[in-house]
Amino acid sequence: MLSRGHTDTPFAMRLAAFAEALLDPTIPPPEGLIGPDGRPSAKRFAVYRNNVVLGLVETLKAAFPVTRRLVGDDFFAGMARVHVARAPPASPVMLDYGAEFADFVGRFEPAATLPYLPDVVRLERAWTEAYHAAEALPLSPGMLTEIPQEDLLRARLLLHPSVRMVRSAFPVVEIWRMHDQVEALRGVDLGRGGEDALIARPKHDVELRSLPPGAADFVEALLARATIGEALARGLSADSRFDPAGGLIGLARANLIVGVGVGVRRDDATTSSEAA
Amino acid sequence: MSKFPPARVRAQMPCRAGVGLKAEHLRTILETDPDVGFFEVHAENYMGAGGPPHRYLTAIRERYPLSVHGVGLSIGADRPLDQDHLRRLRQLVDRYRPALFSEHLAWSSHDAGFLNDLLPLPYTDETLARVIKHVDQAQEALGRQILLENPSAYLAFAESTYAEPEFIAQVARRTGCGLLLDLNNVHVSSINQAWDPIAYLDAYPLRQVQEIHLAGFAPDADEQERPLLIDAHDRPVSHAVWTLFAGVVERIGPVPTLIEWDTDLPDWPTLKAQADQADRVMASVLRWLVLEPSSRPAALP
Repeated sequence: MLSRGHTDTPFAMRLAAFAEALLDPTIPPPEGLIGPDGRPSAKRFAVYRNNVVLGLVETLKAAFPVTRRLVGDDFFAGMARVHVARAPPASPVMLDYGAEFADFVGRFEPAATLPYLPDVVRLERAWTEAYHAAEALPLSPGMLTEIPQEDLLRARLLLHPSVRMVRSAFPVVEIWRMHDQVEALRGVDLGRGGEDALIARPKHDVELRSLPPGAADFVEALLARATIGEALARGLSADSRFDPAGGLIGLARANLIVGVGVGVRRDDATTSSEAA
Repeated sequence: MSKFPPARVRAQMPCRAGVGLKAEHLRTILETDPDVGFFEVHAENYMGAGGPPHRYLTAIRERYPLSVHGVGLSIGADRPLDQDHLRRLRQLVDRYRPALFSEHLAWSSHDAGFLNDLLPLPYTDETLARVIKHVDQAQEALGRQILLENPSAYLAFAESTYAEPEFIAQVARRTGCGLLLDLNNVHVSSINQAWDPIAYLDAYPLRQVQEIHLAGFAPDADEQERPLLIDAHDRPVSHAVWTLFAGVVERIGPVPTLIEWDTDLPDWPTLKAQADQADRVMASVLRWLVLEPSSRPAALP
């Protein structure tokens, strides 16, 4: 059955034309949008166009300050403008805007000379996500020693909801730390190998770490709800230099473990209360 | 009449000046407990699951009355309200129990997505019915009265059959919503559209006003060199807007009044001085009305 949708009323057609012309400057302003003399005014329509496009560019600028400094204000604004026109926010929650920016930057031809740039964008996005992630109370680091050895390997860990990882073929953490020192940045050896970054906000502040070899595979396995034993094996098979004890204790000391579950492989069986 | 009681009566909002809460001023505010009437925040900035923003807002809420101002509901659009967004707003007002919740007579979402601006709509019977429906839905979903804010306009729709204050009066009458009167928007739109702001306020349902916004604008010009004022929130409140404010307070008494300053943020003392000035205008009008009829403030038009 066909029913009259909202798309064919005068009002709906009006807003559709308005919205289309906002994002595409090659389309002239819709007719019947008038100044005090009853005549159309492109300059007046341009105020809305600027508000929308420049406002969203500003949002991206604020969300990716390191990326902006790496490429300069003008380049960043140009790049952001293209992204904004192609992919405006999907929801009014602007904290979510920028989640697709890294993939866009990876496809943005003029940025191809900076192959590490998409990973820096990913790192900054992970930072924002960690900042706004849910609260959770870390378990005390000593808690692991209270679990009998034979149970420990079969246990599953619940990591802090703010934990994010960015695995890069470039020294992305070093680049991030050097971003405001142009001279030092030139000294970064891009060919020296990749870096795995772990970003989390266990308490008040977002923390950024460069992970040792194999640790990212270990953490990824834990996030995918593998047992500690399975995750340690994953780390070791990824890199023979992986330090199992160090990896596990490191997570606990960084206050990133918020729950331990022993036995049952059901997501809801792993709660912090079971650690008691 | 609405089944929802006026927000201010229910929640004890003082008839004083407040300011928009900015991260840059948080430390000063929490350390010095400044004497301001209330703080206002944009709802959408507190829609993350956790983290520092909620921690700060909780601390502020423990010390001050709070007003939550939505900028993303798109009440003036041609399509149904976003139910997910209504749920997020409900969660936020349930958590922080603000004295006031306001939104805009504007639209911001379309097929392409969220356009992040408060866009204008024509004022016709069709749009009136749409806005009334949306305000009803928002009040139902939030379980409380909402305040509706008049927009700033840079152009008008040729097909409009209602003047803006008349349109707003109809919405308020038929939904029982309260009103947020943005006097900078009245001034900006009046200059941009060559309206008379006093006639605007005469036609506007002042009795429904539960909050006032004051802000600064950026002057520009259109292609024919006619003034075009931009609602920039980037500087002090203008003399013209202070004058409108005194005139409105003279008619309806003191009202919770927000200083909006969102771009090129000033230091805390500068912002606080704007709030103090709004408090002084309200106090002097009150003194003139109640105590000393001979002391009519010079600021009044």
